[in-house]
Amino acid sequence: MSARTLANHMIKYLLTRIALTVPTFVALMFITFVAIRLVPGDPVEVRVGERGISPERLAEFRKDLGLDQPVWKQFLDYVWQLLHGDFGTSVVTNEKVLTEFFTLFPATVELSLAAMLFAVLLGVPAGATAAVKRGSWYDQTLMGISVTGFSMPIFWWGLLLIMLVAERLHWTPVSGRIDLIKYYFEPTTGFMLIDSILSGQKGAFRDAVHHLVLPMIVLGTVPLAVIARMTRSSMLEVLSEDYVRTARAKGLSPFRVIGLHALRNALIPVVTVIGLSVGSLMAGAVLTETIFSWPGVGKWLIEAIGRRDYPALQGGVMLVSAIVIFVNVFVDFLYGVINPRIRHGN
Amino acid sequence: MHGNLKRLLGVSLVALVGAITPAAAKTLVYCSEGSPENFTPSINTTGTSFDAARPLYDQLVMFERGSTKVGPGLAEKWAVSEDGLTLTFNLRKGVKFHSGVNNFKPTRDFNAEDVLWSFNRMWKADHPYAKVSGGKYDYFADMDMPKLLDSITKTDDYTIVMKLKEPNAPMIANLAMDFATIHSAEYAEFLTKAGKPEQMDQIPVGTGPFSFVTYQKDAVIRFKKNADYYGEKAVVDDLVYAITPDPTARYSKLKAGECHFAIAPRPADLAEMQKDPSLKVINQSGLNIAYWAFNTQKKPFDDKRVRQALNMAIDKQAIIRDVYLGAGQAAKNLVPPILWSYNDAVKDYAFDAEKAKALLKEAGVATPFEMDLWYMPVQRPYNPNAKRIAEMMQADLAKVGINAKLVTYEWGEYRKRAQQGEHMTAQLGWTGDNGDPDNFFFLRGCTGARAGGQNITKWCNKEYDDLLNQAKKLSDVAARTKIYEKMQLIEVEEAPDMKIAHSTVYEAMRKEVENYKQGPFGGHKFNGVDVK
Repeated sequence: MSARTLANHMIKYLLTRIALTVPTFVALMFITFVAIRLVPGDPVEVRVGERGISPERLAEFRKDLGLDQPVWKQFLDYVWQLLHGDFGTSVVTNEKVLTEFFTLFPATVELSLAAMLFAVLLGVPAGATAAVKRGSWYDQTLMGISVTGFSMPIFWWGLLLIMLVAERLHWTPVSGRIDLIKYYFEPTTGFMLIDSILSGQKGAFRDAVHHLVLPMIVLGTVPLAVIARMTRSSMLEVLSEDYVRTARAKGLSPFRVIGLHALRNALIPVVTVIGLSVGSLMAGAVLTETIFSWPGVGKWLIEAIGRRDYPALQGGVMLVSAIVIFVNVFVDFLYGVINPRIRHGN
Repeated sequence: MHGNLKRLLGVSLVALVGAITPAAAKTLVYCSEGSPENFTPSINTTGTSFDAARPLYDQLVMFERGSTKVGPGLAEKWAVSEDGLTLTFNLRKGVKFHSGVNNFKPTRDFNAEDVLWSFNRMWKADHPYAKVSGGKYDYFADMDMPKLLDSITKTDDYTIVMKLKEPNAPMIANLAMDFATIHSAEYAEFLTKAGKPEQMDQIPVGTGPFSFVTYQKDAVIRFKKNADYYGEKAVVDDLVYAITPDPTARYSKLKAGECHFAIAPRPADLAEMQKDPSLKVINQSGLNIAYWAFNTQKKPFDDKRVRQALNMAIDKQAIIRDVYLGAGQAAKNLVPPILWSYNDAVKDYAFDAEKAKALLKEAGVATPFEMDLWYMPVQRPYNPNAKRIAEMMQADLAKVGINAKLVTYEWGEYRKRAQQGEHMTAQLGWTGDNGDPDNFFFLRGCTGARAGGQNITKWCNKEYDDLLNQAKKLSDVAARTKIYEKMQLIEVEEAPDMKIAHSTVYEAMRKEVENYKQGPFGGHKFNGVDVK
């Protein structure tokens, strides 16, 4: 196949995948819209305290927020607004939903990337080694730990680590992103690791890394367990393939056989798992951010539910899902690139 | 050579600055629980938002730090006319608004214009800022200000005259509440010119003991000392609110020294905290009440004997012990004992199942009797666990032949239904706003007993209601106290509800924190507070 046809194939493949996300997205928008309105209570009632509210004021509030309209009308208005690129305004803070989201999003991205890096860097070698040493005590122990890691309640794990590592051993700070007494700088990018370097303040970067360690471990634990297990089973499969046997027979060093031939192929399904984990990372981020006072979108969404902040909740869910969908399409695409079989199949 | 000279000069300058810089700046870190909605109290409803604005602003009259007593603020003194209809405020001269925040440099001192601007924003729909940031002034409406106010005018730059439609003694206390904060009219004008009116509520400029530095949502709010402050000055140079929503994390941060002060410790952590030599735990009886209301418009709760019997059937002390974990005191009056007019002569119903049974029989209630017992689905400052309380009540009630069915709804729905009077009996409570007893007693008034009103007992007693209205119009505290004492006696006899408890509010801080005074309204003020 010429390079040109290949490129055409890839573009076609990509466009099809993107087109397929549109119905997903619309369905999601509709379900979110209806679901948050089915939950009892609305933004006005949540705002009103024990004192209550007069029927006139309640009606005025609801009218201002458009809640007096039938749900289908509200939905159409929302879609119209969205088509104009407007995600609405938070009913709690009166800030644009998009502004709020992108103020908080870098923190979530930073944490998720760190967690994913932690999971991959530890999970892949651990899984591969377990496969090579199949049945050994190392393999057994590792798989035992991975089951534990997979079923670990994040909240409990986070608090446990805080008590042990931060409180007892004083190895890391308890929570937050930077020492608030020692350092003060305005966010430039929203990524603390980058901002701390840009600030030029001595020790700020190191401190930011220290703050990142615990939440990274907590959020990375479940993906770590999944990646280790996935790498192991995929590796086992690859190790029994003919080409690996051939490579061995050719007298290649075990390192080259495993590291180059086997692992490279074994990683293909692992990449998919990493892509799929983005969704669960976002779910995990909700809890991790709450425990570690991490100012990300997960915590923000939880609060929006509590306060029935419809625009923030709706906008937030859609932006997060757009990102998850995008990452998955990207991973599919990447999969096509690294696995010619998929590409040719199309 | 030239470059070397420059470098040398630079080095000496740095050395000089180093030499004259006083001891390191003092910072106080407060682990707060959440992000504020914004920084304008009049459009907010949550304690978290009020707390975030508190270092920045003053009101005409202010609660003294750690007390319900109202003292001078931006008004140096005030006078109430004989008929109670005119309030005259003499404003303080020489008060500066914070300078340099958002590039705003005030050109004049605080004056009557700022007072008019601030009140008219909440009151007049044609005010240029009335609709900014949603324009919902809940507290202004809730405190009945539109109904009470006739006019607010200035007679000169330092005198404000407030005319009322009817005499209202709690008015002065209302004016000390957060919603009555005074903003800078000049800053508003500055923002209007810049085309950014919404920044009025996001980048605040006030007259308070601290000025605003920065806010990063869900992460941190920074303030710095306002050296020009006219009142009790800030001792620390920087005040930092580290937003930490999880109470366990707050406790850990406190222990690790990452914050000096933490809001709302978990009751379960208190015992351990008190043993920790690096921490200090203080407490105060909360300005609140948790009660169990009987719907007096439904049978058989229209008979006061039944209501009295229910009061006798419940073991209140067990609730205090097991649910409040000691962090509360049994209540016998609607007002908490820290509030003036509390009538200690009131005798609470003793826990006596036999007597309760007899009374029910006398009232003609055939047992087993089925009834609903509503409990809130959420934790409230006055009630840590309404469900657990309901379960304990259910067990007690079973002993007198009453089968209580536990019912709950989503919180907003719960309140709405209870206020409509759909319940037979329901738990609820109240947290005081302004330290005036009227702010508690109105809960049992006839106005609130209408459908949708906050009196969920739906009890409307003419004698009680007349006294309530009479007291509101008097400015003499002794006379008002007498009336309120009488009302408490009527209430205990009529028993429209069972008073459960006044919770105790705890605050935890590091040993280094000095001169902190706990406020009765649950808010925090850090001027005058030092970190050793």
